[in-house]
Amino acid sequence: MMIDFLFQTLWALDATLRVATPLMLCAMAGIFSERSGIVDISLEGKLLSGAFVAATIASLTGSVWLGLMGAICASVMMSLLHGFACITHRGDQVVSGVAINFLASGLTVILGIAIFKRGGQTPTLSSGERFRPIELWFVDALDNVPVIGTIYRELISGHSLLVYVALLCVPIASFILYKSRFGLRLRAVGESPIAVDSAGVSVTWLRYRALIVGGVFCGIAGAYLSISHGANFVREMSAGKGYIALAAVIFGNWRPIRAFWACLMFGFLDAITSRLQDIDLPLIGEVPAQLMSALPYIMTIILLSGFIGRPSPPSAIGVPYKK
Amino acid sequence: MVMLKGAFIYPGSLGYTLYYTTNFIFTGLAVATAFHAKLFNIGGEGQAYVGSLGILLATALFAPFLPALFVVLLCIICSALIGAAWAFIPGYLQAKRGSHVVITTIMFNFLASSLMVYLLAGPLIQLGQQSPQSDLIPESAQLASFETFFSLFGIDITSSPLNLSFLLGLFALFVFWVLIWKTRLGYEIRAVGKNQDAANYAGINVPKIIIITMTISGAFAGLLAVNEVMGVQHRAILNFTAGYGFTGIAVALMGRNHPVGIFFASLLFGALFQGGAELDFEFQSITRDMVLLIQGMIILFSGALAYMFNPALSKIFNNITKNGANDD
Repeated sequence: MMIDFLFQTLWALDATLRVATPLMLCAMAGIFSERSGIVDISLEGKLLSGAFVAATIASLTGSVWLGLMGAICASVMMSLLHGFACITHRGDQVVSGVAINFLASGLTVILGIAIFKRGGQTPTLSSGERFRPIELWFVDALDNVPVIGTIYRELISGHSLLVYVALLCVPIASFILYKSRFGLRLRAVGESPIAVDSAGVSVTWLRYRALIVGGVFCGIAGAYLSISHGANFVREMSAGKGYIALAAVIFGNWRPIRAFWACLMFGFLDAITSRLQDIDLPLIGEVPAQLMSALPYIMTIILLSGFIGRPSPPSAIGVPYKK
Repeated sequence: MVMLKGAFIYPGSLGYTLYYTTNFIFTGLAVATAFHAKLFNIGGEGQAYVGSLGILLATALFAPFLPALFVVLLCIICSALIGAAWAFIPGYLQAKRGSHVVITTIMFNFLASSLMVYLLAGPLIQLGQQSPQSDLIPESAQLASFETFFSLFGIDITSSPLNLSFLLGLFALFVFWVLIWKTRLGYEIRAVGKNQDAANYAGINVPKIIIITMTISGAFAGLLAVNEVMGVQHRAILNFTAGYGFTGIAVALMGRNHPVGIFFASLLFGALFQGGAELDFEFQSITRDMVLLIQGMIILFSGALAYMFNPALSKIFNNITKNGANDD
């Protein structure tokens, strides 16, 4: 019974980690962009274009690394377009983000059909063309240790490289944001661009850099979707993950570590949804799967309406800076 | 050429084009109403989706004992009401609790989609059916297609999904024009859109206007369900909104938030959708997704990059006027 429960929990946490990986990366991207004062609705589009380019290049060249590089490039290009529209030309950031999401969902399918003629899908990748699970050190040595050995083998070891990259991105993002000069200026430009400008630092370049960093994160997330977690690109495969990541950014109050927990929570909800179907919970009864999948959105709305603490977005967010 | 023929010339194709146009008029008006108050309603998709619940509700309540005309009117009103209610909450949250309407309407789209999947696959599913769709609505609540409507006068036209809700769409355009430019409320909406502080000092209750604007916006979006549910499908089916709500953004931007512009932008997108379907048929390599791309381009250039050509253009115009002045 005890062992069974342990396995169930491990299984759920393991699935959580897999589902939460793209969320974490996109949330970090969202934090960088939004902390610099640029609303980023386009996480979804960047994720999607990253996923498409990764699968395409991996399938054409057979190299995961080229796929990953391509995904990052594609996603950064989308970021630059976003920047060109709303930093250089001071366009509406939300409108620009929506446009990018449309461009991504149209372009990925059109190019996919033009290249592979499979109705927008890319061919299924062989295992050599994907990021494979990695066995961490000492797995066998620790096997004999009760509980810890199992946890280590099942939960901590055996993920693809990109999962560990995502986990590393969180402390790195936090470090850059709070401990580096770039991070200090980035946070300042999201609060008061005029102050940053009068200190002689370019608002434009700072915001562009924030978007580029975000593009890199989203690109990795996209590659994870199509050449690590999945084995090909399917149309609309991002399926709202970019928006959930945005919700996690808000839930985490625009802070990396808190957003990380929000991603894990949303991932956990997603992971247990399939498990909870047709199971009667005590007191509540059977929970419809749709309610579970809607829960992240409901929670974010409740949070945003200020019923659990006040969210504190960067003060200059959404406002184009005019010198 | 194939696209043009497919959109206007092939028998029945004009009907299809105008049927799509009807959808875009409603969602375009929804986005445009909000734009006039400088609000961005991305939630047209969700508002239209739940709007169908209004129709199902109205038919269940009134169809058994009211004559067809009243049932149809009540259905239209109820679909607008439910759409309005779905937009009211984000509007209220923006006005009173300070949460941004863009984020909340996105969330409400997902909520609408979850809710509808739950309802259509559960409580509302047609008995004995596996696929998630509701029962057929009673005949008294179905809108006549143009084919049946014209055959009343002895005119034969090719069958298409075009139905009387096209006329409702034209009427909605007119109502929108009156509302925004001819009423006090419309003036207040535009004032809030231009400058909230100034509107506030002028004695306009800004939060109230924000809530009202979002509610009207949602009502327009809800009407899309009239075209789809009462006019074409005669039942609520899964994902009948098919992205029309999002296309409304491009329509409103392209139509410059003016009813005439919105009509022509809707017609253009209707033609693109129908012609795109024709392309789909003729060349397998070009698809409907081209329309998504065009949509993205339009939103990018007429929305986000609206000011890109301004400096260059104003330079050219200045030069022209200067030269003109020198000639005099």
